[in-house]
Amino acid sequence: MKQVLPKADPQRTSGNVFAAARGRLPGAGLVPQIRASAFEVYERTGLPHRGMEDWKYTDLRALIGEVLPLAPRPDAEALVRAKVSAQHVSADQAVKLVLVDGIFVPELSDLGKLENGLVVRSLREVLENSVPGDMAGLVLSTTSDSAISLNAAMATDGLVITISDGNAVKRPIQIVHVATGVSVSTFTRSYLQLGKGAHAAIVESFVSAERASGYQANDAIIALVGNEASLSYIHVAAAASDAVNISSAIIAVGARAKLDLFSMTCSGSISRYQGFISLAGEGTDVSANGVNLIRGELHADTTMVVDHAVPHCTSREKFRAVVDDRGRSVFQGRIVVRPAARKTDATLTTRALLLSDEAEADSKPELEILADDVTCGHGATSGALDNSLVFYLRARGLPEKDAKSLLIKAFLGESIEEITSENLRDFVTAQAEHWLQAGR
Amino acid sequence: MALLEIRDLHVGVEHREVICGLDLNVHAGEVHAIMGPNGSGKSTLSHVIAGKPGYEVIDGQILFKGEDLLEMDPDERAAAGVFLAFQYPVEIAGVTTMNFLRAALNAQRKARDQQEFSTPEFLKRVRKVAGSLNIRQDMLKRGVNVGFSGGEKKRNEILQMALLEPSLCILDEIDSGLDIDALRIVANGINGLRSPERAMIVITHYRRLLDHVVPDVVHVMSKGRIVKSGDKELALELEACGYGQFEDAA
Repeated sequence: MKQVLPKADPQRTSGNVFAAARGRLPGAGLVPQIRASAFEVYERTGLPHRGMEDWKYTDLRALIGEVLPLAPRPDAEALVRAKVSAQHVSADQAVKLVLVDGIFVPELSDLGKLENGLVVRSLREVLENSVPGDMAGLVLSTTSDSAISLNAAMATDGLVITISDGNAVKRPIQIVHVATGVSVSTFTRSYLQLGKGAHAAIVESFVSAERASGYQANDAIIALVGNEASLSYIHVAAAASDAVNISSAIIAVGARAKLDLFSMTCSGSISRYQGFISLAGEGTDVSANGVNLIRGELHADTTMVVDHAVPHCTSREKFRAVVDDRGRSVFQGRIVVRPAARKTDATLTTRALLLSDEAEADSKPELEILADDVTCGHGATSGALDNSLVFYLRARGLPEKDAKSLLIKAFLGESIEEITSENLRDFVTAQAEHWLQAGR
Repeated sequence: MALLEIRDLHVGVEHREVICGLDLNVHAGEVHAIMGPNGSGKSTLSHVIAGKPGYEVIDGQILFKGEDLLEMDPDERAAAGVFLAFQYPVEIAGVTTMNFLRAALNAQRKARDQQEFSTPEFLKRVRKVAGSLNIRQDMLKRGVNVGFSGGEKKRNEILQMALLEPSLCILDEIDSGLDIDALRIVANGINGLRSPERAMIVITHYRRLLDHVVPDVVHVMSKGRIVKSGDKELALELEACGYGQFEDAA
């Protein structure tokens, strides 16, 4: 039966926002046409809603209702506030690349002395310089997901990062997205290409400057991991507590390559992190993990689709959620094993720790197995802190809050420990501890 | 003044009175053994002293160093010097024993306005005590009690007791699940901690622990009360005659 949806205010429709933004969106050659096509894909369904199985628990049409106007270019005052916020989230020894309200800001970034084989350009620069149509199509590629299509249509800027064959970039590359405005939307998109045998660690952090609130951020990253390459990718969303943050990652992993992905959501009124990982070459190893740290009335949705297209690949997923107050954490994980993907070894576990009676955790692990001779499994649990453990720690002198905090850290550690880089593991642990401290 | 003074204690669990008017005085330097059949309220008593939630103190007082213990949270009791060695120590995955020990030690020092131990000082102390209890270094790197045998868990309890240096040690059936060698190691650990400033309450069913940890006073507990007290010979009498003779006295 066709679903009847309420009509949005005609003055505030996404079409108007797109039309108003058009003049500011970068792109030469085929780019405007690609954007228009992407917007048509978006308009066919509009904002994601619960009628779409993949958005069952996060109905943006009901939760936000409309897309806000595009953020203005950041002024000098916004840049000053952004600089302060960006400093607070620095990963150790990272090459920092800063985007403010959707615009790459070289003067806040570390572009000097990039390691050999690493090239960083702004998406704006790439799209404005008559990129070939196929390259533009790749960078602005979409899926059937309407949030990703909207992102492709509206992307103002982002980064295009390439690492040539055989190069191992030693320092982590940190992309810091800072929002400084109110009641505006930002759209960024980055494209990452690792050549054969290359290695890199990418951290993406989403933060809010002082006074930023009530904004919407929709970002995407498209990554191609070459054969025998390895990518560590960390995504940390710590937006303003009344902001909407939608992040998408589309990652294709080549043969005998390795992907180590971790997502952390610890703020934002409504957030959605969605990853679409395709194991495209044999002998590939993917580890996709994450945590949602939710309190207040926040809603955090992590949705991960791991697609095994070829034989002899391994994927491991461990997601954890800690939910307090009236927060709601969603985890949807789907493992697809295509007919050719024999000898696939894939597992997925999700566990939620509920710290209050009104906290909610929804888990939807799914296996879609179309091949024989595979090993696949999933598990989902949720529950409260074990009072006998809390008492044991208190009986040794730890105050109740410290005892609970220690147990929560241990619970989160089950997922965080999967991050292979010690530096990045420490960075994520520090972010989690900051969240725990903030709640005391 | 007694280190621990319990006056006419009545405790209920799930609407049933488990401790029914218990009196007990323990002075510094003394080792008291509490013996009794299952269900007599021994473990309940130890839990109430340590502050475990789920028990209702209906009446009575527990004074520790003259202070009202029942007004304190469990962590405050620990910082004040009360230590309960658990009969069934819990397993805490993801928290290494070493980190746990450091957190506990420094939390107690902080509560007492003492400076926290530096890492080298802490490591030195832990290694010394662990060595004396036959606790291997790799055990300290594992999750608290995770994968430990019964004997290892009990030795870990004694390790904590030695590090935290409490004034009152309550050992709740520390001998359960121990073989002879492990019992001897644990008993040696306990004896090493006896001092004129410290008191111990040893809760046990059997005399065999008391062959190694010789008590100053032995109490028989039945139906939530102490029904007889005596010296170490009382433990021998209990082993010979059983607890049946005390059922009527309760």
